Amino acid sequence: MSNDSTIHVHEGAVEHGVHHDGDGHHHHKQSFVSKYIFSQDHKTIAKQFLITGMAWAIVGAMFSIIFRLQIGYPDQTFPFLETFLGKWAKGGKIDPEFYYAAVTMHGTIMVFFVLTAGLSGTFANLLIPLQIGARDMASPFLNMLSYWFFFLASIIMVSSLFLSTGAHSGGWTTYPPLSALHEASSGSKRGVDFWLVSMAMFIVSQLMGGLNYVSTILNMRTKGMSMTRLPLTIWALFFTAVLGILSFPVLLSAAILLLFDRNLGTSFYLSDIYVAGQILPNEGGSPILYQHLFWFLGHPEVYIVILPTMGMVSEIMSINSRKPIFGYMAMVGSLFAICILALLVWAHHMFVSGMNPFLGGVFVLLTLLIAIPSAIKVFNWLTTIWRGNIRFTPAMLFCIGFVSIFISGGLTGIWMGNSTIDIHIHDTYFIIAHFHLVMGVAAFLGMFAGIYHWFPKMFGRYLNNTLGYIHFWVTLTGAYLIFWPMHYMGLAGVPRRYLDFSLWTSFNKFDSLNKMISIVTIIVFFVNLMFVFNFFYSIFKGRKVRTTNPWDATTLEWTTPINPGHGNWVGEIPEVHRWAYDYGKDGRDFIAQTEPVKPGETGH
Amino acid sequence: MDIVSAQQDNKVHPHKFILWVAIASIIMMFAGLTSAYIVKSGQANWQDVRLPNTFWYSTAVLLISSLTIQVAYRAIKQREMTQYRSLLIVTLVLGIAFVVLQGIGFSWLWAHGVHFDGAGAGQFLYILFGLHALHVVGGIIALIIIILKQYTGKTRSYNTVQAEVMSTYWHFVDFLWLYLLVFFVWIGK
Ligand code: HEM
Ligand SMILES: [Cu+2]
Repeated sequence: MSNDSTIHVHEGAVEHGVHHDGDGHHHHKQSFVSKYIFSQDHKTIAKQFLITGMAWAIVGAMFSIIFRLQIGYPDQTFPFLETFLGKWAKGGKIDPEFYYAAVTMHGTIMVFFVLTAGLSGTFANLLIPLQIGARDMASPFLNMLSYWFFFLASIIMVSSLFLSTGAHSGGWTTYPPLSALHEASSGSKRGVDFWLVSMAMFIVSQLMGGLNYVSTILNMRTKGMSMTRLPLTIWALFFTAVLGILSFPVLLSAAILLLFDRNLGTSFYLSDIYVAGQILPNEGGSPILYQHLFWFLGHPEVYIVILPTMGMVSEIMSINSRKPIFGYMAMVGSLFAICILALLVWAHHMFVSGMNPFLGGVFVLLTLLIAIPSAIKVFNWLTTIWRGNIRFTPAMLFCIGFVSIFISGGLTGIWMGNSTIDIHIHDTYFIIAHFHLVMGVAAFLGMFAGIYHWFPKMFGRYLNNTLGYIHFWVTLTGAYLIFWPMHYMGLAGVPRRYLDFSLWTSFNKFDSLNKMISIVTIIVFFVNLMFVFNFFYSIFKGRKVRTTNPWDATTLEWTTPINPGHGNWVGEIPEVHRWAYDYGKDGRDFIAQTEPVKPGETGH
Repeated sequence: MDIVSAQQDNKVHPHKFILWVAIASIIMMFAGLTSAYIVKSGQANWQDVRLPNTFWYSTAVLLISSLTIQVAYRAIKQREMTQYRSLLIVTLVLGIAFVVLQGIGFSWLWAHGVHFDGAGAGQFLYILFGLHALHVVGGIIALIIIILKQYTGKTRSYNTVQAEVMSTYWHFVDFLWLYLLVFFVWIGK
């Protein structure tokens, strides 16, 4: 750890022509608390997000294991479940109320806590300052707060699991009236309030993070780092943050109105309701209003999840193909197009809500337009590895897996984007298959790619490769085995969000398929636990990184010491002279961004 | 090369930039709520709400406070620290007065039968004005911190960036208030 020196952040600040008013950048002698807990170092915050995200991923996956067990084996009892869950699994059989809470928590945790906070939080924090050449974020303090608000949101969400009436059980989308009425179900009692408050904290955390990411990228780039020289990771994280800043506040307003409806008797979403033998006084509200507000975030949210991984995949693929990324500007342009379109297509989740079919038509058109930038990206990834000199590192394999899964899951989007088809398959397993492939699995693969690739930068050691290869192949195969068949179930009409299909004779033919899916789920779960083991084992015992640039990459993070201190570079921040993708140029394997353009050389 | 380094010097201070992005996101929240208002005003049983005069007084107070903080910002640029401090305190007092007036307006409405139940603009009013007041309270807290620093800090701070960020935010909550007022006076009718 000889390189573990800490650099006075003031130097960096002065270099940027920025005057800090002494809000305490004096970290020479750090205590354990200020170094690892209330740290303002973006790299430490990244690790905090990653490890919290991993803990969440395990919890989220546990939920899916529990309900997949029962879906796969509807008549069986699992006494050990009663041991763990008590009244929620009396006699070893999962209570339907608990099943709803479990899917709701699974969805919420995976989408928000793992694939938004865990993913963006980790890689935006780690990569933005390192790759643009900055000593830290625009506001390290806000950045620290962002993590702690996420932590607070986590605590509240975890505590909701232990409420006697159970956690929120109305689905991750939390549609009213189910979510608005205490009488509607047991999970709609205190559980929803916890959920809403936790999400409010979560949104605050995301906004603080996003503000920082955007202003850091736009303002703190090192000398020579023009926007078009940025690695695609940074572009992707930039658009992710922009999407978050524009859409999360709208979810916050939806949540505030819902909190009022639940607790103070307003009727924003409620009208003419008869529930549990009672006529409610609420009038004039509209549950569809909630759907609009929710999906105005909800759709951008799925891109908030996938864009960072798109950026990382572009970067890692180019490095491991030893070729420049194909169509850099097209990649940036398609990210931009996705970002704009993502804000304009929310109602494709509401085709069956009784909306005017002509309005539906507009949303069909806009939705299908997203296929164009998505296809451009896929094309560019394929042409990047085409005839490349590929190094099949685990990170690279995960990238290739990402592209494969993204294609498989993305194509079905075009089916559902047509309202005429969607009316038939809405709320069936087809949707489950679509979004688990294109969002869930693809984002997880992209995240794994990022972890394998930047682990050496985070911890100064490598992850174990053999375990990495096993992790990859089992996860990829498993993902296809789990989610591909769900398309057929969906087309046959099997609805989502049901615990037990046994009374539904026409679906009996899927019994053995359901068993198979459940078994594969469990296998994949354990292989991913193995990854968690690999992760923690390698932090302490992994093979040591001996060179600053282990992947022969061009970007700035590999010009820092192996274990960079707070401030990242010892001495001056390097200046940038070229774009990030000079691989296989002029007979050289790679040319770092810091190397000046030679006379006569065509620069980028 | 020269172009690049010239660009670097022109960059906005990161804290100022953060504020502008934060303003964008606050705008999105209020845009979400006011579009919800428009959607809901088309539903059955919609009722308008009549604003009490208190809200006009509070408008005046907030507008004046915008003026005082602007003058305060000019003062610190000219390093007239006593003027700067006293104007900050005036702004603070006006800000608190605004929040109090909003509270009085709320209780007037409540006393005149605008409650949470039923359907109509009243429910939105409490939420929109309430959230706005919360943003003013945020500004008040920031002002208090700046003022305290002015009086307790060992080193004198001539930091104009902080003053600029503060005044920009203050003008923003002022504009936001005018937007809400116009929204309720015109669309609510
Ligand atoms: C070609 C691009 C895509 C199109 C046309 C498309 C279209 C759609 C449509 C129409 C639905 C609603 C289906 C229904 O509920 O009836 C849907 C659901 C969904 N999509 Fe996509 N999609 C595309 C890509 C993506 C991507 C890239 C992601 C995430 C990274 C994603 C994530 C989701 C999720 C999470 C849902 C389900 C939400 C829920 O109901 O719980 N989609 N998609
Ligand atoms: Cu969507």
